[in-house]
Amino acid sequence: MQFINFRISILFLSLFLGLYLTLPSISNSFEGKQINLGLDLQGGLYMRLGVKTEEAVINKIESIGSSIKYFCESNDILIDDLNIKDDTISFLILDNDELNSIDEMLSEMTNININKLDLNNYVITLTAQDIILTKNLAVTQAIDTIRNRLDQFGLSEPSVTKQGISDIVVELPGIKNQEEEQQARELISKTGKLELMAIDENNQDNVYSLSEQKIKELGSKKLISSSNSGQFYLVKSIPILTGKQVSNASVAFNEANQPIISFSLDSLGSKIFGDFTANNIGNRLAVVLDGKVYSAPSINERIGGGHGQISGDFTIQEAGNVVIALKSGSLPASIIMLEKRSVGPSLGADSIKTSMLALISGFVLVFLFMIIYYRNAGLISNFALITNIFIIIGVMTLFGATLTLPGMAGIVLTVGMAVDANVIINERIRELLKSGKSITISIKEGYNNAMTAILDANITTLLVAVILYAYGTGPIKGFAITISIGIFTSMLTALVGTYGIYQSLLPKITTEKNIKKWFGV
Amino acid sequence: MEIFKNNTTFDFMKKRKPFLGLSLVFVLCSFLLISFKGLNFGIDFNGGTLIQLQYKNNIKLEDIRTKLNNIPKYNNSTITTFGNDNEILIKVSNTTTNIDKDIGDELQTILKSTGSFEIRRVDMVGPKVGNELREKGLIALVLSLFIILIYVSFRFEWKFAVTSIFALIHDVIIAIGFLALFEIDINLDILAAILTILGYSLNDTIIVFDRIREGVKTSKSNQLDEVINESISKTLSRTTLTSLTTFFVVLTLFLFGGEIIHGFSFTLLVGVVVGTYSSIFIASSFLSILKFSISDYRTNEAQKEKDRKDKERIRKLYENGRM
Repeated sequence: MQFINFRISILFLSLFLGLYLTLPSISNSFEGKQINLGLDLQGGLYMRLGVKTEEAVINKIESIGSSIKYFCESNDILIDDLNIKDDTISFLILDNDELNSIDEMLSEMTNININKLDLNNYVITLTAQDIILTKNLAVTQAIDTIRNRLDQFGLSEPSVTKQGISDIVVELPGIKNQEEEQQARELISKTGKLELMAIDENNQDNVYSLSEQKIKELGSKKLISSSNSGQFYLVKSIPILTGKQVSNASVAFNEANQPIISFSLDSLGSKIFGDFTANNIGNRLAVVLDGKVYSAPSINERIGGGHGQISGDFTIQEAGNVVIALKSGSLPASIIMLEKRSVGPSLGADSIKTSMLALISGFVLVFLFMIIYYRNAGLISNFALITNIFIIIGVMTLFGATLTLPGMAGIVLTVGMAVDANVIINERIRELLKSGKSITISIKEGYNNAMTAILDANITTLLVAVILYAYGTGPIKGFAITISIGIFTSMLTALVGTYGIYQSLLPKITTEKNIKKWFGV
Repeated sequence: MEIFKNNTTFDFMKKRKPFLGLSLVFVLCSFLLISFKGLNFGIDFNGGTLIQLQYKNNIKLEDIRTKLNNIPKYNNSTITTFGNDNEILIKVSNTTTNIDKDIGDELQTILKSTGSFEIRRVDMVGPKVGNELREKGLIALVLSLFIILIYVSFRFEWKFAVTSIFALIHDVIIAIGFLALFEIDINLDILAAILTILGYSLNDTIIVFDRIREGVKTSKSNQLDEVINESISKTLSRTTLTSLTTFFVVLTLFLFGGEIIHGFSFTLLVGVVVGTYSSIFIASSFLSILKFSISDYRTNEAQKEKDRKDKERIRKLYENGRM
């Protein structure tokens, strides 16, 4: 019989392929794709964020309110009691002759339900369908915005993905320290919602005495100042302009060399801003960022050109974050932290060290044990075992699977369990040899008899691993992956690989007839 | 080298009562431990925050404890060393939905005066995710048992399937009992370890069952207990060997694998021992108790064989054009 047969070629082929794919991950002197390390091994930040989608609905209602107001003002329609409460807008049209033009304007909005309490008393809500749409859009927008911001932040390979209905998973490998991590988190969470709002000059003086209810009825909002003064401002709840009309933003410095944020408005924004300032000379304008009033300068003249600035006690870093937030667009709704897992790079490196130590020591123990127990047959099993490890890592590298700490544990466990198939086979061969069968028959029958047991035992383990993969999260998935691949490779190397070795060595074994040397009994 | 002589048959079935008794004691103790001592559910399932710090200087746990006790929000946190004296693990039941300033940031400010340290890990699981993970974990466990039940019924017979499920539940309960005894924090990795035990123990049991299935077909004996004894004895070397190699690697994982996977490797360590024990002494006893009938199985198989041959004969006739 020839030394080279079909089975042994498959074994060697998979060994070399495994080695070829694994070596770049082990040593830098080999070029090639390296295995993906999970955040728990390379260090990094994992966050699961929730989007408060109800806010997006309220924002949308508010912007509809703004456009109604703008429409009425620019068409000289007298409107009164324009109020936004939760998710409904209500208003009165004072002149019944104007009802037609209002109705016409509203009929162009297909996403709203219009109720009339009276001939001229309108109540407007979003349609149920549009609410769902708005919520979905909010999540998609939030993902885009976060991705955009992280790209500008300059981290390597940030990943932002949707999970479930309204959750977002953010994964940031390569975070170096707590400070960098916090900065990234701050950047993500910054709503970046810029609003230019009119101060309610008629009631501002009573800001501290008015009740919440009364303020709502006035169609105003009470906002706190960004400085630590604790001052409150009463502003008209419908903003004149929002960050949507911001076309550019940058960090600048004022006379005192304090960082400020200067922004430019797009053409529509510039026009609205110009019109408003022209009509409100002597009143004040509040620059509101994320619900806080940064400044409230008086309007001295019509401001054209569409430039503005936000000043406050910013550090350069904070100002930079605001600029990124303004440029990447505001988040459509605020986001909250649902789950966070962060691992420092030094801990990741420690985990690699300890799990490698476990892998190597476990491997040496099993290796020696198999040789002592089975002699040459043990050596053959060990060869299959080595092949196994390289194929597992090779396959994972090839398909871009992620190696996590539990995944490493899975490989260690595989070292112990992968010899199982060969143990079953070796035991069968020994049994047949004892019953007086020839070496050739014993090997052949041994493999045949062991087949069903190996298949049944491994398939059930594989089923459990698949469930673990389906229901596990992050690192646990990594464990499920390594043991699943391990199960496949151990079956492959045992049923095909080691059988091939026996076939090749059969002439030698049969001439030597040294069962003790070959099978340890 | 040989641990057990291949041709000796041990009478496991005759001695099954003491082993069943032992198992019963273990299961009962586990139940008592679980119900009275209770399980320590970790943050994955209960929600909460876990912070791992590494101090550059020597640190007394007391210093940290006093600092945190002064703050109402953190006075119920548990503080332990983790692996070595300078590595500290703080477990807080609070969570925060704040993204820009989380509990890790807060503790960094609070503990600043205790020395210079590095925050190496912050895990926070909010209540919503905790509930979801608990639900998913339970589904995974039940689904695994269910699929095993179906697969084993399909490949063997329903009595084998029920038996293996009994054995698995036995293993899992005892493993969980140990978790309660040693106050191991139950997190996702422990669940993964328990599912691995399921797979591992089943693996062992199926090797024995495969032999029993073979024995039922080939053995001269009509006695189930004798067939079972033969089958366990013949697979004893294999069971012991594989268990030993698996035990070795899990032990190295436990000793050298690092503090983070300590609970995981501990659970596996218990599982390997219990799983091996149950495949040898317990699983087959259940089969015997369930009165699996060899003669019925043989009649059944003979009937199947006859049906198959009939079909073949008819097909041949058909192919030869006689029908």
